[in-house]
Amino acid sequence: MKFLKTLTMSAAALAITAPAALAEWQPRKPVEFIIMAGTGGGADQIARLLQGLIQSKGMSPRPFIPINKPGGSGAEALSYMAGKEGDNHTLLVALNSFYTTPIIQEDLAIDITELAPIGRMAMDTFLLWVNSERDDITDLDSYVEKVKEADSAWRVGGTGSGQEDSILTAMMEKEMDYEVTYIPFPGGGTVAKNLVGNQVDSTVNNPAEQMEFWRAGNTKPIVQFNEEREPPYEDVPTAQELGVDIVYYMQRSIAGTKGMDPEAIEWYQNLFHELFQSEEWQNYCETDGLTCDEWLTGDDLAAFHESQMQRHRELIEEVGAESITNK
Amino acid sequence: MDTILSLLGAGLLQAFEPLNFAMIFLGCLAGLFIGAMPGLGSVNGVAILLPVTFLVPPTAAIIFLAALYYGAMYGGAVSSITLGIPGSSTAVATVFDGRPMAQSGRADQALMAAAIASFIGGTISVILFTGFAPPLAAFALKFGPQEEFALMLVAFATFIGLGGDDIPKTIFSILIGLVLAAVGFDIISGNPRLIFFDMVEFQRGIEFLVLAIGIYGIGEMIWTLEHTKGAVQMHKVQITLKRVWDNFKQIKEYLPTTAMGSVVGFFVGTLPAAGATPASLMSYGLAKSFSKDGDSFGKGNVAGVAAPEAGNNAASTGSMLPMLTLGIPGSPTTAILLGGMIIWGLRPGPLLFSESPDFVWGLIGSMYVANFVTVALNIALIPVFIRVLAMPFTILAPIIFVLCVVGVFATTDRMFDTWLMLLLGCMGYLMRKLNYPVAPAVLAIVLGPLTERSLRQSLISSQGDPMTFIERPISLVCILIAVALVSYPFVQKMIRKRKEPAEAAE
Repeated sequence: MKFLKTLTMSAAALAITAPAALAEWQPRKPVEFIIMAGTGGGADQIARLLQGLIQSKGMSPRPFIPINKPGGSGAEALSYMAGKEGDNHTLLVALNSFYTTPIIQEDLAIDITELAPIGRMAMDTFLLWVNSERDDITDLDSYVEKVKEADSAWRVGGTGSGQEDSILTAMMEKEMDYEVTYIPFPGGGTVAKNLVGNQVDSTVNNPAEQMEFWRAGNTKPIVQFNEEREPPYEDVPTAQELGVDIVYYMQRSIAGTKGMDPEAIEWYQNLFHELFQSEEWQNYCETDGLTCDEWLTGDDLAAFHESQMQRHRELIEEVGAESITNK
Repeated sequence: MDTILSLLGAGLLQAFEPLNFAMIFLGCLAGLFIGAMPGLGSVNGVAILLPVTFLVPPTAAIIFLAALYYGAMYGGAVSSITLGIPGSSTAVATVFDGRPMAQSGRADQALMAAAIASFIGGTISVILFTGFAPPLAAFALKFGPQEEFALMLVAFATFIGLGGDDIPKTIFSILIGLVLAAVGFDIISGNPRLIFFDMVEFQRGIEFLVLAIGIYGIGEMIWTLEHTKGAVQMHKVQITLKRVWDNFKQIKEYLPTTAMGSVVGFFVGTLPAAGATPASLMSYGLAKSFSKDGDSFGKGNVAGVAAPEAGNNAASTGSMLPMLTLGIPGSPTTAILLGGMIIWGLRPGPLLFSESPDFVWGLIGSMYVANFVTVALNIALIPVFIRVLAMPFTILAPIIFVLCVVGVFATTDRMFDTWLMLLLGCMGYLMRKLNYPVAPAVLAIVLGPLTERSLRQSLISSQGDPMTFIERPISLVCILIAVALVSYPFVQKMIRKRKEPAEAAE
């Protein structure tokens, strides 16, 4: 009797869910949009722009809610993602600490290659910035000279040990043979503000983070770390032109949780592909110095993550993990 | 000055345009209710309603969201006073005196004081904003880690130098708060620390609202139930016009602390990363330190309601400043507003004031109007809020319990935090029973992470040299104030001791 009851009940349950499963998957509750960095930084700006576009274009039946989890150089966000295994309503806005933080923090126990690859929205770039009041620094040579003079008391602002800017800073130390003091702040926006306020001597910020201060004449770029000069910074030389062998990009991609349903993955992939192609997104890329030529998704994106993971492992080995963490 | 006035005039005119004015009214009303619901703070409110704003032009949209932000600041006080649960983290300090006032049948006075103080705080800060936005933005840039640390010391000092409370117990309470604040990822190195029983949930740290709701909602409720054995002890308040007028006249008692709270709140709000919660706690601490009868704080002093409410409203205006001029939000709510601005095609930064004057001055104009609207709405709704207290405590207590559980779960979406809240509630009850002040623990968990980060940043930047705090003028002044505040009760005691023998001899 009890068996029969269970049977009828499961049949009834099936009957209710079956039509829903046939319809195309779409979010049934607000989607958490986890940002592995602080407010005002590049990742944060992008997440909030995307969220706004999704809502203003009516692309999702449920809103995307951006949530900042900057703790431990993104470890907070990654461990949060790990805890959401199988969840269809949680996405991560990833940057390069997506690779570096799991390498540096071994006890974090998260394999980022298991996260669902949704799409790569852009490749972001880095520039070296100083305050405009520093008339004594006009190019890379005068910069290096001043840093060496300061004898490791030169203060570089960044977003945290193990974050991409700390790796870039370590690469510069190695290439140019100097030492600096690296001070972590919560988020790229705060880093930029502290450069304007002369609380730090230089930073490696993304273009978007310094854009408004640069336009207002508060800060100036010294060198860019791209392969070629990127607009709007056509006047700023690349490191390679000056004989310094550093090329470093930052990926901006979206990842889903481990074990996310294939239908959900597909829905998000289509959503972000549409966003990627939108005029608003392409305009943003242009004005803020991001490269958005190539859309990567699915297996291609997974392969890209794999190769980036390998590259960062090598980079960290090269500069030494201690030079990044023991600051 | 003339240009400012004419720009402001244009802004005010803009605020009175039918659409914009409707946005102010709706925003204030929505904010009031969102703020009053435990677990639904201004952050959630602004986030949920952001998409609605895509239907109207950008200026009307930000006016709506900003009005909602103020409304929520006012509304937070309502549940702090009537239910004893902080409606949002910014209203925690309002519980300290608001709750005792409600218990002694003066809930209407507390609500009136909260509304008026919020109005004064909001208005003073918007005037400061209007007149001095550019120099204040420049001053905020001078605030490096050293200055932030020194300012945090002042905040802690106000809570230690309280005179009336038992100082060792206060320090113990602060230390408990600091330990809880240290749980989670290390701010500088990123390593996990104090992960109790290796539970991964602790990696994210202990959310402040979990502690505040636990201690004030649950702990306080258990204590009250035990104390009164469930007997009805909320007095019914009869609202008459005369009583309203009397309550209004009470303004004299808290005007000075309100003014101080407003200025402090605005200033703390303008610093990026501080926000309205530390501002309201600091306003409370300073009000208590400078009060003639500091001992009555925490037991139902009306100034103890006015100060934090003035502080948090002033700070919410203040935190617009770094958002607009530096592109750095001063609070989680302004972070979402910032996102809205980017979507509307506005670029916050040093050039915003000159490139989009219509937008900026429309917003500033609306702040003046929003303050009037919220204070009017609030005073009109006091009789409605008061009705909550007409319920017997045996009915009210289970409702509070449910609201605490729902409030925490709605905020963090984790059962773990709900259990943690109950555990911290028991801790709060024990502290209360053993006569430990709980407010300092709350202060410590809010300011602990900010203090730790600024201390470590300062020391890294000075190569480990602590003199850096004394060499910088702003930081030095703050440290001297902190030292004076801490030593004040001791000095007072010594003076009293000297006087006593002298008097005895006479």
